[in-house]
Amino acid sequence: MSKLEITTPTDTTIVVTRSLNAPRQLVFDCLAKPELVQRWLLGPPGWTMPVCEIDFRVGGAFRYVWRSAEGADMGVGGQYLEIDAPERLVHEELFDQDWTGGRTKVTTVLTETDGKTLLTMTILYATQAARDGAKASGMTEGMEYGYGNLDVLLAELA
Amino acid sequence: MSPASLDATFAALADPTRRAILARLVTGEASVMELAQPFAMSQPAISKHLKVLEKAGLVSRGRDAQRRPVRVESKPLAEATAWLEAYRKSWEARFDAMDALLEELKT
Repeated sequence: MSKLEITTPTDTTIVVTRSLNAPRQLVFDCLAKPELVQRWLLGPPGWTMPVCEIDFRVGGAFRYVWRSAEGADMGVGGQYLEIDAPERLVHEELFDQDWTGGRTKVTTVLTETDGKTLLTMTILYATQAARDGAKASGMTEGMEYGYGNLDVLLAELA
Repeated sequence: MSPASLDATFAALADPTRRAILARLVTGEASVMELAQPFAMSQPAISKHLKVLEKAGLVSRGRDAQRRPVRVESKPLAEATAWLEAYRKSWEARFDAMDALLEELKT
């Protein structure tokens, strides 16, 4: 299994990189098609994704909502700013609960070598405090991302 | 945890010497002299780093007038890293799911 790397190269960015064992056209499809996004863009363990709407064009909007068994909703909405299939996608997004102190701008770049794809996702926050999760304690409580839950999720995925 | 104190914590953690000092203190308290030993660095230089860590609430100094041992304060550190850890875990779970989906799509 490839290792996820997270770095914080500037005060207001987080960069996530991950190698994927597939050509980048397939990876790009997973970012663009709602029926595929729904299969991997998981919410917290045990949550479903009742809403996954995508209008995939520059200026088009997307909306995702994850829902817990108890009926709590976590929603995010955003807009596509740049689309260069299959190598680059730029969008901005805002969670309903605004854990990020305003919109974040997400740039996803796919580079392919020998049939494998390196995905590099740069998330730009409005402020350093936002990047450092100043409001995130509410989100992590809501998401219940404890080690125990992750073990359950991984067992379900295996 | 306030945004200002999170900023101080992350600034304190942004230096490799300070991270190494914290790693040492996790194994037990130490004097300034003991902390300076592994680095090619004078005690005053180490003390400067300790002041940054102390201001961020990541270490505290004992009251023993002779030694004033340095101790790690784990709660601020845990709070500062909890968010990034949760963030990491969520993306790990998602890309693990994408791995499985891509295998399906390739066939």
